[in-house]
Formats: sequence, C-alpha cells, structure tokens
Amino acid sequence: MEILIPVIVLGLIGLVMGSILAVASKVFQVETDPREEKVSALLPGANCGGCGFAGCAACAAAIAKGDAPVAACPGISAEALKEICAVMGVNEQEKTPMAAFVQCNGQLDKANFRYFFDGSKTCADIAALQQGDKLCAYACLGYGDCVQACNFGALSIENGIAKVHTADCVGCGVCVKTCPKQVLALMPKNIEAYAVKCSSKDKGAAMKEICSAGCIGCKLCEKACAFGAVKVENNLAKIDTQKCTGCGACAEKCPKHIIVGIGKKQMSSAS
Amino acid sequence: MNNIAISLLSILLSGLLTQNFIFSRFMGICPFLGVSKKISTAFGMGLAVTFVMTLSGTVTYLVYTYILAPFNLGYMKTIVFIFIIASLVQFVEMALQKYMPALYSALGIYLPLITTNCAVLGAVLLVVDTYAYQTLAEAVTFNFSAALGFTLAIVLMAGVRERLETAPIPEFLKGFPIVLISAALISMAFGGLSF
Repeated sequence: MEILIPVIVLGLIGLVMGSILAVASKVFQVETDPREEKVSALLPGANCGGCGFAGCAACAAAIAKGDAPVAACPGISAEALKEICAVMGVNEQEKTPMAAFVQCNGQLDKANFRYFFDGSKTCADIAALQQGDKLCAYACLGYGDCVQACNFGALSIENGIAKVHTADCVGCGVCVKTCPKQVLALMPKNIEAYAVKCSSKDKGAAMKEICSAGCIGCKLCEKACAFGAVKVENNLAKIDTQKCTGCGACAEKCPKHIIVGIGKKQMSSAS
Repeated sequence: MNNIAISLLSILLSGLLTQNFIFSRFMGICPFLGVSKKISTAFGMGLAVTFVMTLSGTVTYLVYTYILAPFNLGYMKTIVFIFIIASLVQFVEMALQKYMPALYSALGIYLPLITTNCAVLGAVLLVVDTYAYQTLAEAVTFNFSAALGFTLAIVLMAGVRERLETAPIPEFLKGFPIVLISAALISMAFGGLSF
C-alpha cells in the first residue's frame, strides 16, 4: 500500500497544477486569428521586409486583419498566393512576378573613374562622395549594398556592377529601395521584352568621356521600333514593357549594345 | 525580530553578490549567454526568472515541508520540483503573451527554457538540501536573492556585450570566445567579494 502514497501525492499535485494552468489559459487567452497562422506558414519566411512590415509574421498578421492586401508580399509564389486567397476567402488575384533589373552596364572596363577610394567600401558611403567614384552620376557603383540587402542570394557583383540572377529573384524590391543610385528597377518576369541597361541622363557628347556603355540618346532605337514602345527622353532611351513585343529590332540597332532582353527573352539569350 | 531581519539581509546580499548564482555557482549559464545581447531583453529575462524563482521557491518550500517531508517522500523532490517549475513557467508565459507581447517575442525560445534553467531548480534544491534556510521567509528570500543575482549578472553581461559589438576584437575571438572571456573576468571580480 505504501507505494500508493507517492502516486497519490504526485497525482494530486499534478491535478492542482493542471487546474491552475487550465484556468490561467482561459484568463490569459490571447485572441489570435486562426487565419494568421495559416497565412504565416504560406509566406516565404525570409523576413526580407519588402512588404513594408517588420517581418513575415507581422505581414501575416496584417493580411489576416485585412490591413494589407492578400498579395502584400512581393516575393510570394503564384501557388502560395492562391492558397492565401483560399485561406482569406477572397477572389484569386493575378500577380505579375517581377524581377530586379540593373539599369547600368558601366563595368570596370567601360566606365571611367573620378577617383579611387580606399575607405569604407559601401555604395551608400561612396555615393555620398561626389555622387560616386565613377564619372557617371547615374552609374551602378558596384560595392554590393544590394547584394547585402538581398535575402534570396539573387544578386552578385560582376566586373564592377550588380548582376541579378533572375531565376533566384522573387521581386521583393528590397534592393531597389537599398540602392543609393536608384539604378535597380523591378521588371515583369514572364514577358518577352527588352530594356535599356543605362540610366544616364547626360548628353551624348559628354557620355564619350564618361562611359563607353552609356546611352547617348541617338534615337536609333526609337526609329527602329515599329510599335512605338521606345522613347528617348532626357537623353535616355526608355522602353515601355507593355508595348514591347520583344522583336529585338532596337537591340540590333543600338550602337552601344545596351538594350538587352528581360523576362523570357533574357532566359533564352542567357542560355 | 531584529535577528531575523539581519539574517534575511545577509541571505539577500550573499545571493546577490558573494554567492551569485552565475558568477560563483555557475548555474543558469544558458540564458546568461543566450539572452544577454541587449540590456532591455536581458532585464526582461531577469524579471521573468525572478518571478518564476520567487514563486517556485515559495511553492516548493510549502510542498516539501508539508507534503513531501511528512510522507518521507524526499526522494521525489526533483521530479515534483520540476513539475512545479514547469507549471509556473507555463503560467508566466501565458501572462507575458497577454500583457507584454513585445517582451514575449523578444525572449522567444528562452522563455519556456526557464523550465530547464538550472538556477531555478538549483535554488529550490539547495533550500531543502542544505538545511541552512529553515523558515519560509528565509527560503523565499534565498530564492529571490538568487534571482536578483541572476538579473544583475545578465544585465551586467548585456552591458558588456553591447560595448563589445563595436569594440575592435581580434578575428579569432569574435563572438562567443570574447563573451566567455568577459564572463570569466566578471566572475573573478565577483570572486573578490567573497573574501
């Protein structure tokens, strides 16, 4: 019989503690939206901050609350978005997958330098010194602030400028916000189109001194385009991705070879 | 009355300084290293541990004196104490989630790990094992002072680590090595208090 005493004692203590916890769980209950957890599980979980919230958990809470649209996450895959729509009970939304694009081709051998800096090697610091070490005030500095900011390993620095690995890029746009020179832009991922790899608004004559891969605003591309998609404004060619059919006539005509394929065009030309 | 007050004060001071749980007994090292990156979270952790230790000290003393000891169940103290501590930690966790969600998310995994914080179990076991603390007041004071000592240690360490963040540290010492060395240095300083 003696063996029963510890069993009873332990059982009673367990009962008392269990009841206290049961009461406490009712008293301290925190109202959580069950959808919040489901949405949270569907988000990428990289906490990239591209949505503007403190992290994926905060974004999920905002989506569940209705404070943010279901497609608040810029880096979400189409399937996950579908599931989030199902969880939230809203109609499916078409989401254009985006990818970052570097609007500069001023590689080390093409861009000319104003100075060489031996101190802190970050784009933000160099950009603060006479607009950067490259003569071109619009150039990619190539010190990799975007590479640091990217949570998906989709960026690298090659030959002095940033390079986007489109397959890995989810289009969260963190790099676009990070770049002090605003040289990065988001472009649709699944279209056949071309884009200009330059953001310089300098005049064509001045460009000769600055960079051998700079847009000189010669308008050859504008004339070559049969669809009115290319416009030269402020000495810089711009291609409207909506109108662009991906025929490539402008790219052939460009004397600087800085019109490149994006989206599906880029995938095919890279291989 | 006066004697009791003096003995309580000496228990309080010894737990806080000379017999500091982290620096001279080396208990509770896990959260001490894990949550000592920022002073604010370290302080929050200290408060949570203080609450758990004081409450568990009270409950375990009562349970031991009035339930375990009369039935000669002293051999069950470890399992019973762990049981009580785990329940209290659950309780604290629920309360924090309700009233201080920011602290709750800052403490993260270390909050439920208070359950296995050996400082908590160590303190309640020391109370019943050493017979140095006979009354409930002494037992509770001992637990409370141990927890205060833990809080002091972890906040001190967080202060040091916040400065270490910007200090020029040799590459091979960066991270935990320099933290452990700093902890050893503070521990030696505390050692000086007990002589």
